[in-house]
Amino acid sequence: MIRSTVLVSGDPISLSRGAEDTRLAIEAELAFYGLEDEVRVGYTGRVNRTDVLPVVVVYPEGIVYGPVSPETGATIVSEHLYKGRKVEHLLVSAEVASAEIDTLGVAEDTLYAQKRVVLKRAGTIDPYSIDEYIAYDGYFALGKALTSMTPGEVLDTVKSSGLQGRGGAGFPTGLKWTFVAQQPESPRYIVCNADESEPGTFKDRLIVEGDPHAVLEGMALAGYAVGASEGWIYIRGEYAMAKDILNHAITAAEELNLLGDNIMGTSFSFHVHVHAGAGAYVCGEETALLNSLEGERGIPRIRPPYPTVYGFRGKPTVVNNVETLANIAPIILNGADWFRAIGTERSPGTKVYTMLGDVALSGLVEAPMGTTLREIIGIYGGGMKGGKAFKAAQTGGSSGTIIPAELLDVPMDFASMREKGVGLGSGALLVCDEDTDIVDLAYVLVRFFKTESCGKCTPCRVGTAQMLEALDRLRKGMARRADLERLEEIATYVQQASFCGLGQAAPVPILTGLQYFRSEFESRLRD
Amino acid sequence: MKSLEELQKIKERALQRRKLSGEGSRARVVVAMGTCGIAAGARDTMTAILSELESRSITDVVVTQTGCIGLCEFEPIVQIQVGESDMVTYGKIDVGRVPELIDGHVVGGVPVAKWQVRK
Repeated sequence: MIRSTVLVSGDPISLSRGAEDTRLAIEAELAFYGLEDEVRVGYTGRVNRTDVLPVVVVYPEGIVYGPVSPETGATIVSEHLYKGRKVEHLLVSAEVASAEIDTLGVAEDTLYAQKRVVLKRAGTIDPYSIDEYIAYDGYFALGKALTSMTPGEVLDTVKSSGLQGRGGAGFPTGLKWTFVAQQPESPRYIVCNADESEPGTFKDRLIVEGDPHAVLEGMALAGYAVGASEGWIYIRGEYAMAKDILNHAITAAEELNLLGDNIMGTSFSFHVHVHAGAGAYVCGEETALLNSLEGERGIPRIRPPYPTVYGFRGKPTVVNNVETLANIAPIILNGADWFRAIGTERSPGTKVYTMLGDVALSGLVEAPMGTTLREIIGIYGGGMKGGKAFKAAQTGGSSGTIIPAELLDVPMDFASMREKGVGLGSGALLVCDEDTDIVDLAYVLVRFFKTESCGKCTPCRVGTAQMLEALDRLRKGMARRADLERLEEIATYVQQASFCGLGQAAPVPILTGLQYFRSEFESRLRD
Repeated sequence: MKSLEELQKIKERALQRRKLSGEGSRARVVVAMGTCGIAAGARDTMTAILSELESRSITDVVVTQTGCIGLCEFEPIVQIQVGESDMVTYGKIDVGRVPELIDGHVVGGVPVAKWQVRK
């Protein structure tokens, strides 16, 4: 199991200053401590400050040391890697590491240890066997809550865990539950948003397919906390297998009285139903989802009132994402403090990412909040495909922001990303290499939104069509500077005036594209 | 289900079953069958494993499925555990690789290193 990666700068200057000897000394020291199977050593490329060369970068922490001689290299191994203490006097700012993502020399078949909370059981247990879920502590959180905790205590635990919604917006889950619990009206409902229609995102599908009971247990705990006895899973229509697995899981849980009436002999009852969507992107928006669930046309509702007050069938409703709900049982079982110890102060816990595009290894990754994009791509993704240079990444699916190389070292959590004007979103990481054309990328994304616009409000319905037309002209070299200015203006209006998240997100690829890659847009102009 | 004790009993029984000795089996073969696995041909791999075992009249091997383990790049993924040794993960196991895999690891007891995905 690889736990750390150590990179020694291998540029000509570093090599002339003895980087090779440093690397050899590090390897020898690792062998001395028996760490050679746990720590991988490689060379990194360019570094943007020469006075501290050669540098040594230790991942996953991303700590940079420099300049490192063979002797101090050995100290880094004995102190940092063996004893877990930073070597303070050798530390240099992490910004020293360059904006290049390096292929770490990690062999394609070697994988990095991940921090797994949500995906702990996925890929280990048989999703069709409730016994296997129980074997790995399944339903013990529900049992603990029902036998030894009041609903208020469950609510407080989730609140103090600091869990934020994993669907993209990052709203504090405990607060949302409190709003519902405080409502005088009943019945109340728990709705699991498994619509996952964001292109490039497939984490929820794989969570449901790999560990369906984790979602069900999370829903039952939410129901207990807010006083709901019925839950609905709104699942994307295309997810036929996930739906089948869920229905199978619900039946199995009811047979063991872990769902249904008077669960485990207590007075708490909770029933779960599965409802498949019909393939509209907008139904991932929670109020459109609720309309669709009620059999109405899938268009968003005016907010406020929010679903916590006026939700499913006009009653107080918790709408949570699959990944959010899968976090609940571990939090109840291990406590809020355990959860807060993972990730960052402002965004505790882990995040599940789906990585795709021009990375060596695409797939599903779970990492602590605050892991940087550079680490995710470099370590878990095995670097860029074919050793090409990183150009941009889009986080959070089509509605996400385009992130340039300058922001590779921003810790990925809700708060830090927001400060930089970019979003974490649902966790899709679309990685683009140097060959990607940003204008084409924006065109494809806006085309998607134009198709999916539900037509309720004018800025989105008309604006997405106009933006697409303008981008098409630009792409074909027919646009003038005034057209580009007009495009930017329309994009701003659409973002500000649209009714729901779909229209507000549609211009984001254009606006962030222009913010970071303006020259590429301008190079297509006629004048 | 009336109490936590009952849940605990199911847990212990299930854990016991996961130990191969508990079932008198010599090996466990797990095929990752999330949609990513199935799209890469996991169903064919599963069928090939079952018929390969049948043709060799091997009956003391447990064949089960699991979800996505996150390595979509390496699908179809097959994990094999022989006796009490560690589970070994193999990547890109298409139908053509099944006979050699069963022959080497399940029958011969030696992991087939060339297809192994190291952790």
